[in-house]
Order: sequence, then structure tokens, then C-alpha cells
Amino acid sequence: MESYFFTEDHQLFRQSFRDFLEKEVRPHIDEWEANRETPRHIYKRFGEMGFLGLPYPEVYGGSDLDVFYSVIYTEEMTRMNSGGFCTSIGAHSGLALAHINGEGNEAQKQKYLTAGLKGELIGCLAITEPGGGSDVASLRTTAKKEGDHYIINGSKTFISNGVLSDYIVAAVRTGEPGAKGISMMIIDRDTPGVSATKLEKLGWHASDTGEIAFDDVRVPVESLLGEENRGFFYIMQHFASERLAMALIGVSQAELAIDLALEYMAEREAFGRSINKFQALRHRIAQMSSEVMSTRVLVYSLYRRFGDGDYIIKEAAMAKLLGTQLSDRVCYECMRMFGGYGYMESYPMARLLRDSQLGTIGGGTSEVLCEIISKMIIDSKNYKAAV
Amino acid sequence: MNTYYFTEDHELFRQSFRAFLEKEAVPFIDQWEEDRRTPREIWKKMGDMGFLGLSYPEEYGGSGLDFFYDVVFNEELGRCNSGGFAITQQVVQYMSGPYILKFGSEKLKQKYLPGIISGDLISSIGITEPGAGSDAQNIQTKAIREGDHYIVNGAKTFITNAVYGDFIVTVVKTDPAAGAAGVSLLVIDQDAEGISRRKLKKLGWHCSDTAELHFDNVKVPVENLIGEEGRGFYYLMNGLQLERLCAVPAAVSGMEKAIEVSIQYMTERQAFGRPISKFQVLRHRIAQLAAEVESLKAFSYLCCKMFDDGQYDVKLCSMAKLLATELCEKVATQCLQFFGGYGFMESYPMARMYRDVRVGTIGGGSSEIMREILAKIIIDDVGYQSAGKGNGQPSKILKAASGAEKGSATATIEPSFDNLLAIMQKQAAKASPLGKTLQFNLEGQSIALDGRGEVNKVVAESIDADCTVDVSMQDLSALISGKLNPMSAFMSGKIKVDGDMGVAMKLQELFS
Ligand SMILES: Cc1cc2nc3c(=O)[nH]c(=O)nc-3n(C[C@H](O)[C@H](O)[C@H](O)COP(=O)(O)OP(=O)(O)OC[C@H]3O[C@@H](n4cnc5c(N)ncnc54)[C@H](O)[C@@H]3O)c2cc1C
Ligand SMILES: Cc1cc2nc3c(=O)[nH]c(=O)nc-3n(C[C@H](O)[C@H](O)[C@H](O)COP(=O)(O)OP(=O)(O)OC[C@H]3O[C@@H](n4cnc5c(N)ncnc54)[C@H](O)[C@@H]3O)c2cc1C
Repeated sequence: MESYFFTEDHQLFRQSFRDFLEKEVRPHIDEWEANRETPRHIYKRFGEMGFLGLPYPEVYGGSDLDVFYSVIYTEEMTRMNSGGFCTSIGAHSGLALAHINGEGNEAQKQKYLTAGLKGELIGCLAITEPGGGSDVASLRTTAKKEGDHYIINGSKTFISNGVLSDYIVAAVRTGEPGAKGISMMIIDRDTPGVSATKLEKLGWHASDTGEIAFDDVRVPVESLLGEENRGFFYIMQHFASERLAMALIGVSQAELAIDLALEYMAEREAFGRSINKFQALRHRIAQMSSEVMSTRVLVYSLYRRFGDGDYIIKEAAMAKLLGTQLSDRVCYECMRMFGGYGYMESYPMARLLRDSQLGTIGGGTSEVLCEIISKMIIDSKNYKAAV
Repeated sequence: MNTYYFTEDHELFRQSFRAFLEKEAVPFIDQWEEDRRTPREIWKKMGDMGFLGLSYPEEYGGSGLDFFYDVVFNEELGRCNSGGFAITQQVVQYMSGPYILKFGSEKLKQKYLPGIISGDLISSIGITEPGAGSDAQNIQTKAIREGDHYIVNGAKTFITNAVYGDFIVTVVKTDPAAGAAGVSLLVIDQDAEGISRRKLKKLGWHCSDTAELHFDNVKVPVENLIGEEGRGFYYLMNGLQLERLCAVPAAVSGMEKAIEVSIQYMTERQAFGRPISKFQVLRHRIAQLAAEVESLKAFSYLCCKMFDDGQYDVKLCSMAKLLATELCEKVATQCLQFFGGYGFMESYPMARMYRDVRVGTIGGGSSEIMREILAKIIIDDVGYQSAGKGNGQPSKILKAASGAEKGSATATIEPSFDNLLAIMQKQAAKASPLGKTLQFNLEGQSIALDGRGEVNKVVAESIDADCTVDVSMQDLSALISGKLNPMSAFMSGKIKVDGDMGVAMKLQELFS
């Protein structure tokens, strides 16, 4: 199956990336989870190795590789079993930099993308607000133009890298109420009036999630990313790749859960035989493996279309819906295969289970995805590309 | 997505086949369902139009087309919302005909293939017996050779097309003592003396005829044997993949159609002053179902593509069959719900779909059997699993495999080419001559075995062998050391056999 999507070069990359992760990441994950953040030096290592810029243009230090390198990247990252670690790197290279690369002007790219791909300047993407996450079009943080500056007031919450990052790519209101009055703005962390507090949360322990307040923050007009009042469309545009990535993470988490369960079931004995001999458990594994395989093929097929330039709003929403649901279900079932050990921190399932839970919430909740899908197939609504 | 799998020609074929079905079949299906029978004329018309035998060779009247024409054929059948209508030709074209095409003698091919391609002949596949369904190895129908004939005694049941059809590819035991190795396939004409049949009444698939058959000293000429005696189980294992696979595109298109008609109904039906398509829970249910169907479709196409490329992947085919038939149940149940009371009425489409899909998780290997197969591949075959993912550590694979089997002298075999070659040379010299040539393709290198002389000779080269076996070095070492059984390796897709199956049958001997 893999050979329909991956070449030998892809698999070579997988091997070397995996070796790198095993050596430089795996041994430290527990510590980062305990510290509730991912240290800066690992971003730099990723940058040095070229792992932050796989899909980005070479002129800014990227590698300009096809989407299946990013697929491998995401799959291998997920196998580290730390949603928090993956998010820390991902919110920077996959979210903030995606906006900068997509809509940034030359100066912005030179500054943020070049240093970003080296792992020296870390970003975050701030859309969600305390008053609303799903309903992006109603966001309330304002940016008022005064001469050659914008004055920003409001707050953002649940922002990954929201405390530790060097700058914030924020969605702000520059115009009329609704979707057509939103712009994207780059706000440097050290700008007076920016403050952040770290939030405690169920999972993703190695990621810092912040609430950010903007109190009369003055940024130069050059901070505008892309065109004024086009922000909503940019966000929607980037959602396709974000959702595909989350679908893939879901599938990979589920696969990891099954692999870990299989290993454990082969070793654990009950009633005089290894528990992988019990038919009820075996059939559960067979069923889950089938669902994981099928969803994986969906995600791969969509990545292929995405790589070929298809605008796959509906399908990406479908994939994210299914991939994240699957992950929750499979992680839960697989945790149960471990009996009491599944509940222990010294075994991998507890973390996998709690980290999985974010899937159906972030990047568009399952309900929001169902809204998009049903609008498209019941009401024949069409979403067009912004560019 | 379609552009990755279908060309314009496929789509043209789709249009003309769909138009044909809408004109010649769909308006009459209600009647056929009521009659509990589909008239032969429709198959004849299909044959005349060239819609049958799509991937069969031209010399028998087929069109020699690629498998995605068959995918289109099945998808369009699936959209007719009658499992009974669809199954008839699925059984003929994909579940019985291929055994004759792939393993039958030229004479059998000449006799039967042109008829099933022209629509004149209707065939059945007779595996299931009153006492053995899932456990197909345990069939009891006997075919004992007497001179130029086999004398067949026994019974088959649930056999599709066997009330009104013309011949049955029948699974029999030619060597009742031998288990799976005593299984053979015989073509038995429906009008042979000694066959009696009873038409069965059933929950769904109403326009399809399903029979219970009794064979009472039925004389069948030996030339009706498909392939060789005792090879039937291998042929079946080979053919069942296609049977399972072709159910999948039909299931997907059937579900798409169900969602389409549901949406249409929901926009027309009013409740509480608005169309029911405005109620959020119904909308989200549609979204969820559509997503699941879309996902299965992507999977289905990939499995079909692999099949088209000659890869029999037992694991993927079994997964696809399992998921497709289970999802059909869910879609049928939930879509019927959208129709409220009308869903329960025969004048609306969901009632039929609801009862027709029910057989999906039973026939062609039940869901439980699919999960058994998958569990064996996934859980008991650690080597296969890891190798497939490309993250296996060889030492672990061998360790895991060695837990399973006998304490033979060859505990763990180093899976290097040179080592395997040396061992094969030793083993082959001990075994009785194969009588044919055989080649192992090992990850780019080849080992050829010439068994035509007094002793089997093994050399490291590539020849034009009667039979080729593709296998990884890892699995070959497991085979040699007795940790992997050739039959289960074949069934799980770890070894891929091409050419003379008879040679492959002797692998067991070679490795024991
Ligand atoms: C750990 C973590 C990290 C995050 N990282 C980031 C980040 O880096 N950047 C960022 O911008 N955001 C981030 N988020 C925020 C995330 O995107 C939002 O939580 C999400 O969009 C949901 O918004 P909300 O929390 O305001 O929920 P709400 O929008 O208040 O939703 C509450 C509930 O109502 C349901 N609901 C909402 N609308 C409808 C509807 N129309 N029909 C039916 N049901 C509906 C939702 O599905 C949900 O179940 C993060 C969140 C978490 C938990
Ligand atoms: C409409 C229809 C048409 C058919 N057409 C044909 C045809 O054309 N040709 C043909 O040969 N057959 C045909 N069949 C038969 C079909 O293939 C069998 O019904 C099927 O293989 C199941 O066998 P069975 O009915 O004997 O059930 P059984 O094998 O008795 O199974 C009964 C139950 O036990 C479960 N079970 C069995 N073994 C296990 C196990 N190891 N672990 C857990 N659960 C298990 C099964 O899943 C099932 O739920 C048809 C059946 C139907 C209903």
C-alpha cells in the first residue's frame, strides 16, 4: 500500500528522521512533559537538521519537498507519543509559518520565515478568544489604524506556544463585523502591552498553552499580513492543510495505540495464556486495524490531491472528523487492553489517551466540521479558494 | 479522486452502462423483486451490449479490459438499489467464472466462458453446505472417481443462481480423508441427472434465486474438473479475494445513492414548519455518514488499484470487505430513519436497501471470519506486520516467530541470501524431485530450482520457471525453519505465487 504514495527517497527520509528522533527526542520527552514545555534548543536542532522547512521554499532555507515528506514527518513525530511536543513544534512551523509563507511580503518572510526555519525565532497562531473559538467570524480583538500604526486591544486564549513564542500571528478585527472585517497581524512578543499567562490542562503537557492579552499594543502598519480584511479567508485556506495534518495525527495515534497494545498483549498472560489469544480482544484489534488502515488510505489519498493543488475543503473536514474520532476510540480501547497498567504513567497509554482528546476540539470541533460538510452537501454551498 | 483511477473511457463506459440500466433494468426491478426472479432476457441484453466479460479475454468473447471497468460495472449495479439484481452477475462474472478462466482446461473455457459473456449462461459457485459455511474446509460433498466420471453425493445450500441457472462451480472432496488438500472444483451442469433443488425463501435479495441442492449419485465427466485434483482450496483462497473485493465498490455506490435520496427527501419533507434538512442532528448525521462513505471509497479504490496491479493483498481485501458491509448496515439503518414512516414502506427505496444489505456481513466470509483472518495476520504474524511497515527489527521478528513452533534443529536462520541459498540447496537435494521448475524471487535476487531431473538442483539465477514465488528473505527463513506454514503464508499474502499452482502445492514437502 505504501508504495502507492511513498518513494524510496521518502522511506530513506523516514529512516533518518526516525533515527534522529530516537536519539535526540525520545529520551527527553518525559522530562519535557514534566516541565510543561518544550525547550528552545530542540527547535534549533530541528532547524539545523532541516526538519522545520520541509515544504517551504529553498530561498528561505526550506527544502521545497512534496507533501509526503510532511506526511512522514507528522507520522514519525506522532510516534514519539507526546502530543504536547508535536504541537510545540507544529504550532510554530505548521501554523505560524504557514501564514507567513502564504501571505507574508518579502520583508516579513526574510525576517520571520528565514529565522523561523532555523528554529531561532518561534511563532504562534492566535485566533481563538475567550468569548469564542468555533465562531471565528465573530472575534472581538480590535486593531484600529492610527497613522502608520495599528492599536490592538483584546485577548486570545488556548494559544499553543502562547507564552514562549517570540511573536504572535493574530487574527484581529480591522473592519466591519463578521468574516469580512478580519485581518492577520504579526505582533512581536516584546511590544509593550502584550502579556500572557500559562494555562494548565488535561493533556499536551509538553506544550505551553497561553492566554494572551493585548492592551493598547502599537504595531507598525507593516505588521499586517496579506491584505486588510482578508484574514478570515486566509484562515479558512490554511485550515485545509491543518485539518489534514490533524487527521493524520489522529490516524497515527490510533496506529501507535494498536502497536503498543499488540506488543503488550503478546507479553501479558492471564488464565495461563497470553491475552492476545482471547478472541474478543483479537477481533477488536482486527476491527480497529481495519478502520485505521482505511482512514489512513483516505488521508494519504487526500494528501495526494492536496499536493496536486486540489482545494479540498469538504474532504479535509471529513478526514479530520474521522481521524480524530478514530483516535479517541482506538486509544480508549487500547488503553483497556492494558488493564490497570493502562492507567499508570509508567506505561504509554495514559498519555496517549489524554493527548488524543484535543483532536476533536482544536482546528474546528467535530460539530463545526459537520456544519461545514452538511452545508456543502445538503445546501450545495461552495467554498472558493481565497487566491 | 476519480482522475487517479478512471480515464475518460471508463467514464464513457459508465455513462452508457448507467443509461442502459436506467432503461432496461431499473423500471422493472420492483416487478422482478415481487416475482422472486430476474428474467434471463436482461442478461442477454447486457451480453449483446458488451457489458459482460469486461476483463475476460477476447478469444472467449470478452473485452480484455482493465479492472476499473469492473469497478464501474459494480458501482453502477450498486446504484440500482437491488442487491438481488446486482448479485446475479457478480456471482457469474467474479465469483464462479474466474475459476474456469484461471485454472480450467481450454475445453472447459471454450464450453462455458462464451456463454457467460454473451449472457446465455448463468453460473453459480457452490461452496456452502447445510453443515459447513464459515468452516469451508469441512465440506462433506464427495466426488469419487469411477472411470471417466466422478460420482458426486452430498448437499449444498444458500447457492445463488442455482434455481434457474445453468451450471455450478462446485466445491467437492475428491479425497475425503485429506482435509483441505482433498478439495477440488468441479463444473456440474444443472440438468445432470441426480440433482434436486429447492428454492429458498429469504429476508432480502428478492429477485435473486437461492437454492438448496442435493446431489444423489450425480455423474460428472472427469474433464469437468477445474485444474488439478486436490488444489481446490488454493484456487478458492485465490478467488475469494476477488469475490470480497468486488462487493466493495458496489457497496460504496449503494451508500452514496442512499445518502443522495435521503438528502433529496429531507429537503422536500416538512416538519415543524421547515424542511427536515434544517434540523441540525439530521444534518450532522448526514455529514458523518458521508465522511465515512468517502473514506471507504478512497480505501476501496486503492484496494482495486492494487488488485489491478496484480497484488493480492489478503489483509487489505478482508479489511475492505469487513468495513464496507458493516458500514452498509449503518447507512441503511440511519438513512431509513430520515424517511420516518415512509422509510418502512415498499414504495420508498430504503426498505429494500435495509433488508438487502443485511446479507453483506454474512455471505462471502462473515464479519467474524474477516476478523479471524485479520487477527491471524496482524497478531500472530508479527514478522509480516513489522515488515509491512518498514520499521521491523529482524531479531525481534525471528524471536517472535520462533515462539510458535517445533524445536527443530534450525532454531533461527540468518536471513541472508547466501545462507538461504546454501540451505535451500541442502533441503532440495533431500526432497523428492518436483518435476517442474520453480523460482524464488527474494527482494531483487533469485534462486531457481530445477526439479526435472533425478534430484532437485538449486542455483542462484533467474530462469523462465513454471512457477515463481515472491517472498521476503525473512519469510523464506521462517518457511525453511518450519516457523511459517506455506499454506498460511500464501493465505496471508506473504508469499505470492504466479504460474503453475501445482508446483506451489509442493512447497510444503520442500520445507518439511
Ligand atoms: C490545547 C489547546 C490548544 C489550542 N491551540 C490553539 C492555537 O494555537 N491557536 C488558536 O487559535 N486556538 C487554539 N486552540 C483553540 C481551539 O481551536 C478552540 O478550542 C476550538 O476552536 C473550539 O472553540 P471553543 O473552545 O471556544 O469552543 P466553543 O466554540 O465555545 O464550542 C463549545 C461547544 O459547542 C459546540 N458548537 C459550537 N458551535 C456549534 C454549532 N454551530 N453547532 C453545534 N455545536 C456547536 C462545539 O463543537 C463545542 O462542543 C487550542 C485549544 C486547546 C484546547
Ligand atoms: C442470500 C445468500 C446467498 C448466498 N450465496 C452463496 C453462494 O452463491 N455460494 C455459496 O457457496 N454460499 C452462498 N451463501 C452462503 C454464505 O457464504 C454462508 O452463509 C456464510 O459463509 C456463513 O456460513 P453459515 O451460514 O454456515 O454460517 P456459520 O458458519 O454457521 O456461522 C454462524 C455464525 O457463527 C459465526 N462464526 C463462525 N465461525 C466463527 C469463528 N471461528 N469465530 C467467531 N464466530 C464464528 C459466523 O460469523 C456467524 O455469525 C449465501 C448466503 C446467503 C444468505
